[in-house]
Amino acid sequence: MTTTAPATGIARIEAMFAAHRAAGRKALAPFVTAGDPDLDTTVAVLAALARSGAGLCELGVPYSDPIADGPVIQASYTRALGKGLTLAGVFDAARRATAAGAMPILAMASYSLIFRRGIDRFVADALAAGLAGFVVPDLPLEESDDLDAACRAAGLALVRLVTPTTPPDRAAAIARKSTGFLYCVSVAGVTGARTDLPAGLVDRVRWLKTQTDVPILVGFGISSPEQVRAVAAVADGAIVGSALVKLLAESATTPRDALLAEVGRFVADLAAACG
Amino acid sequence: MAAPSAALVSSVPDAYGRFGRYGGRYVPETLSAALDQLEHAYAEAQADPAFHAELDGLLSAFVGRPTPLLFAKRLTEHAGGAQIYFKREDLSHTGAHKINNTLGQALLAIRMGKRRIIAETGAGQHGVATATACARFGLECVVYMGAEDVRRQAPNVRNMRFMGAEVRPVESGSRTLRDAINEAMRDWMGSVETTHYIIGSVVGPHPFPRIVRDFQSVIGRETVEQCRRQLGRLPDAVVACVGGGSNAAGMFYPFVDHHDVRLVGVEAGGRSGQAGDHAASLSYGSPGILHGSLSYVLQDQDGQTADVHSVSAGLDYPGVGPEHSYWRDLGRVEYTSVTDGAALDAFDLVARREGVLPALETSHALAWAAREAAARPPSEIIVVCLSGRGDKDAAEIARLRGLAADGSGVRA
Repeated sequence: MTTTAPATGIARIEAMFAAHRAAGRKALAPFVTAGDPDLDTTVAVLAALARSGAGLCELGVPYSDPIADGPVIQASYTRALGKGLTLAGVFDAARRATAAGAMPILAMASYSLIFRRGIDRFVADALAAGLAGFVVPDLPLEESDDLDAACRAAGLALVRLVTPTTPPDRAAAIARKSTGFLYCVSVAGVTGARTDLPAGLVDRVRWLKTQTDVPILVGFGISSPEQVRAVAAVADGAIVGSALVKLLAESATTPRDALLAEVGRFVADLAAACG
Repeated sequence: MAAPSAALVSSVPDAYGRFGRYGGRYVPETLSAALDQLEHAYAEAQADPAFHAELDGLLSAFVGRPTPLLFAKRLTEHAGGAQIYFKREDLSHTGAHKINNTLGQALLAIRMGKRRIIAETGAGQHGVATATACARFGLECVVYMGAEDVRRQAPNVRNMRFMGAEVRPVESGSRTLRDAINEAMRDWMGSVETTHYIIGSVVGPHPFPRIVRDFQSVIGRETVEQCRRQLGRLPDAVVACVGGGSNAAGMFYPFVDHHDVRLVGVEAGGRSGQAGDHAASLSYGSPGILHGSLSYVLQDQDGQTADVHSVSAGLDYPGVGPEHSYWRDLGRVEYTSVTDGAALDAFDLVARREGVLPALETSHALAWAAREAAARPPSEIIVVCLSGRGDKDAAEIARLRGLAADGSGVRA
């Protein structure tokens, strides 16, 4: 057993899943928007997530026109950009967060931002910031070769998404390409908390597991410990986004220590459901 | 110089929806299957004579096509140079070219078994044209419209509601066309299995830019034929306004392989060339991805979409269709811009000298045409795509000019 941290982002994600498996647990993957309410708070929230039992985190990179996101995340992006958030600021915050802890952090970023900065530069910036990979919600399989090659060269994960509208042969092809884990979108629609899990989700996850060796995380619409428990029974983990973003938005005036305690309780309850 | 016939300018897009490097399909996975379905439905429809017969019949009896090519005699005299002709899309049913596309796409929706239609609209012309097609075919219709545009294009909002459409004002972002597209896309993310999104311009993910261009190309095909029949030759120049660029794409496409015809796209120059003061993506933007395709975009260093401004709601958009970006880089089409003030002056000029109230969008193309005609000899011919009529803008123009709603105060 070595105590040296694995070198690549993909290896760090794999090690996290291996540790969870060894402990008989599934992974909780919360999502937070970078810079909402501000980047210092984001760094502190990321540390609180790790302390509270999150396995990995998706760091949402605000974009002006996010068509995959529902009103909660969209509004958080608008607030962050309204305060003058820049990509340089996001990478700097990511660097501070990854230096402080071992939890893998992936950037959830629109391809519009990646293309504008240039794939090589964006990937290099992410690598330097200690990020473990990317989720790019508006980059389908057909357009992804260049980013895929750059991520593989850098050892960063490029997490792919399958949705209820994805035909089986296409889902299999996407699953084979995904690195780090596969993101199984629970519903056809935008991000946002929903009360029920859709029918057929369990069967879909079971089938996906026959198509790929990478772990499968389920996201979109998941906000409660009950939903996390149901998802964790079949998948390798659950992604919780809008519910946490909403909590942060509603607590904008709460002193930071109280806010972090509240975030910690919320996430610990969800993590407990992953056991 | 290489022979232009080796590869026709018109032989785009490729199978991936690429116009040169532009276009493509940058959308959430949830929409991929629907875009594939649309691509297949369109290919089948194109090969089906019954589809063309039905669409042609509607364009004739319902829209009133072909629209005339009119000699603008008194505007030509005023300019004192080249002859100016109007391609009268303003005479189409619903008052603009938008109906050419909505009828075609509504027929595609029916072929795909989708009975709910969503659309975005800026000036409201596309919303009205979509509501019209839905009423004609008995389809459910929801139109997303920026709250700012709901205010400045009230007559069109009322007309959409008269025809049974639900108009949903969009309060997010800049509350204009770009935000309306975002909201329509989000609706589609959750409704894609039963709903077709009739996008109103040559923008968005593949295959939309190609489909909209094809349906709008009836404008250019008629113009080519009318020029040959009425004038005995093709014009020297063809000009159209460009926001997303659908009337321009439809007008230019049948001309792009006729290399002796000069093609000019006129963007919204707004208040000035300063960032945020205009909506001229091809004049001031850079390649980027917006609303599912790669094209020229007004954006900041990080790739965040810039705020834009135009007096004209239909041109108030930070992106442009990918085929225009392709034509720009090839140098096949010249793109320029005209300010708010020059467009308003052209509205006045054409109203008084031709008895035609043009849309504010169209007024941008007219401003360029009047100025350019003055600098060209009378032997030359300029055709303007008169993309829409200006009734919808009359109240806003009166407001901007500080006039009473009844127009009193207009100089006699």
